[in-house]
Amino acid sequence: MGTPTTTGPVDMSVDLAGVRLPGPMMTASGCAANGREMHRFIDITQLGAFVTKSVKLDPVSGRGTPRMAETPSGMLNSIGLQGPGVTAFVEKDLAWLHSIGARVVVSIAGGTASEFARVARAVVRSRYASAVAAIEVNISCPNVANRGLVFACDPGGAHKVLTLVREEVPRGLPMLAKLSPDVTDIVEIADVVLRAGAHGLTMINTTLGVAIDTDRLRPHLAAATGGLSGPAIRPMAVRAIWQVAGAMREGRIRTAPIVGAGGVRHGRDALELVAAGASAVQVGTAAFNDPTAPHRVGVELERLVADHGFDRLADVVGIAHERFTA
Amino acid sequence: MTRTIAAREGAGVVQVEAEVLGNVAAGAYRHLTLVTPGLAELARPGQFVALSVGDGTSSMLLRRSFSIHKVSPAGTYGGTTEIVVAAHGAGTRALTALEPGESVGVIGPLGRGFPLPSQPVPCVLVGGGYGSAPLFWLAEQLRERGCPVEMVLGAASADRLFGVVGARRVADGVTVTTDDGSAGVRGWVSDVVPDLVTRTGAGVVYGCGPMGMLRSLSAIADDHGIVAQVAVEEAMACGVGICMTCVMPVRGEDGTTTMVRSCLDGPVLRGDRVRWEAFEDGYCRVPEDAVGAPRAVR
Ligand SMILES: Cc1cc2nc3c(=O)[nH]c(=O)nc-3n(C[C@H](O)[C@H](O)[C@H](O)COP(=O)(O)OP(=O)(O)OC[C@H]3O[C@@H](n4cnc5c(N)ncnc54)[C@H](O)[C@@H]3O)c2cc1C
Ligand SMILES: Cc1cc2nc3c(=O)[nH]c(=O)nc-3n(C[C@H](O)[C@H](O)[C@H](O)COP(=O)(O)O)c2cc1C
Ligand code: FES
Repeated sequence: MGTPTTTGPVDMSVDLAGVRLPGPMMTASGCAANGREMHRFIDITQLGAFVTKSVKLDPVSGRGTPRMAETPSGMLNSIGLQGPGVTAFVEKDLAWLHSIGARVVVSIAGGTASEFARVARAVVRSRYASAVAAIEVNISCPNVANRGLVFACDPGGAHKVLTLVREEVPRGLPMLAKLSPDVTDIVEIADVVLRAGAHGLTMINTTLGVAIDTDRLRPHLAAATGGLSGPAIRPMAVRAIWQVAGAMREGRIRTAPIVGAGGVRHGRDALELVAAGASAVQVGTAAFNDPTAPHRVGVELERLVADHGFDRLADVVGIAHERFTA
Repeated sequence: MTRTIAAREGAGVVQVEAEVLGNVAAGAYRHLTLVTPGLAELARPGQFVALSVGDGTSSMLLRRSFSIHKVSPAGTYGGTTEIVVAAHGAGTRALTALEPGESVGVIGPLGRGFPLPSQPVPCVLVGGGYGSAPLFWLAEQLRERGCPVEMVLGAASADRLFGVVGARRVADGVTVTTDDGSAGVRGWVSDVVPDLVTRTGAGVVYGCGPMGMLRSLSAIADDHGIVAQVAVEEAMACGVGICMTCVMPVRGEDGTTTMVRSCLDGPVLRGDRVRWEAFEDGYCRVPEDAVGAPRAVR
């Protein structure tokens, strides 16, 4: 406020638990497939990192259709982690991402803790591992062994997954835990996964919803429930980041970088997440409207940071906590 | 007013903020002409465009898909794309209300269009409702290759037919059907297509329209030992292949069924490859033999 706009270039680089990214912008898992399709619109090697669709050990068909319902400023999806399985992912998708020189955050998923570990092993031991900037552990999928309880909602399950994956991930490769907002206390889950060895957190995944088809008077989605995403959930993402970053600042839990996700469509939305405590920002659903959004939002964010008189993005991370005096 | 957002070299697709040049009534539909530099040169019949609703603040986030009716490269306005839109829900109501001079986000051309036969075989083109929109351009290209073209246009009622007058110009024969008999033959297109295929000795049936119609066209083609090329419609969130919402079960050349993205591998698919039996009452389930299908609980 009242501070002059900086004229020089803004340092937008990010230290992601020891890995340097040239910029903060990422795609969100499942919202950019595995790169080729979005690369027709923007050069994905220019993003801070490209985040892949969550990959499981074996091929997954996903759910029946309809798999999506548009909702006010958002959508529900029940894709069901459709994917080719990790072997095909590595040979086709990771190989391609490696060939164009992208920095890749590989999102991994599993129905059991050991499945997560096997997927991580296949990725980090592959010949394209040099393209991998981080592993994002999507613990927001259901635990098969525990009859459908979501790992991210279960401290014990979440701890086990992160512990087993950590054993596979080499030193220097950050492991991000992606959290669900559908919990009573997200700080508790953040604490558990950081204790288990996560180097950073991605917040948030989608939150569960249902849409009813009012012509047929039955659930619109073939799977009945789906994950809500888009601008409609942005306040939930800001809240989750605010609470967890607050707990870190107060020393209640270990300090680690936060990657913000949830409802980012414009630079100002990204700035909200950053001011609340996110060091990097993912763009998901907005890319369905504008496939250039992951890049465009970064340009808008840089402008805003400069307009506020800062020359480093890092100086804005969590600033809302400092300026909150109530 | 028109502005190119993204057009990467060799990508085969452009993203533009397109000025609306025209918006006129066509029976129950609106016929929109959009200024889309760079799109016309790339497009082929059967491909589609994805339009955004409102600007970057709209609460309707997802794009709406429409078959390309026609493209005109490098006219006075630097290339235009025409589409035919039925007001169905809130998004299409907003799009059909666009005034000339306003702008709308357009991405295209998208998906795979209709494959053209290498030999000059007779073809039967079948459109249901606004589904006839992409067929006129297709008919012209087929006739350029020496293929005799029969067209069948069907709809619930006369006002829901599109392009009957234009059809006579691009096809050797035109048959019209309406469910209520308000124009042409009373009944469904599937009532007249088998005879037409037999009479003309057609080598290919092309179809665009409701899924039920495409399913019966595929069955008719099977019965006659020929191939149906159908443009399918599944709910799409992005249209460009990044969301995985638009999938349907399709049998590949090797016989295995996978859930393929109809926006990338379609919208035109071979009728005999689509697992029509999986579609029921507005839902499509994953066939048990599909790759990666959930194992049945026993
Ligand atoms: C490849 C393709 C070509 C199409 N061509 C035409 C055309 O030429 N003319 C025309 O009038 N319509 C066409 N449609 C259908 C058109 O896309 C839908 O009617 C439209 O998206 C409905 O939007 P809405 O906001 O009115 O309805 P809503 O029901 O409010 O839409 C909500 C969401 O569901 C999606 N959706 C709803 N119905 C359909 C549907 N039938 N198909 C695909 N997505 C749907 C919408 O895109 C939107 O994302 C085509 C669809 C596809 C997939
Ligand atoms: C269609 C769709 C598919 C998704 N698939 C995944 C996935 O495979 N793994 C994952 O961790 N998150 C997945 N997500 C969640 C997003 O990565 C993101 O966390 C969430 O959508 C919130 O961000 P947004 O509002 O910007 O979309 C998916 C979201 C959508 C809309
Ligand atoms: S509509 Fe998004 S992948 Fe086909």
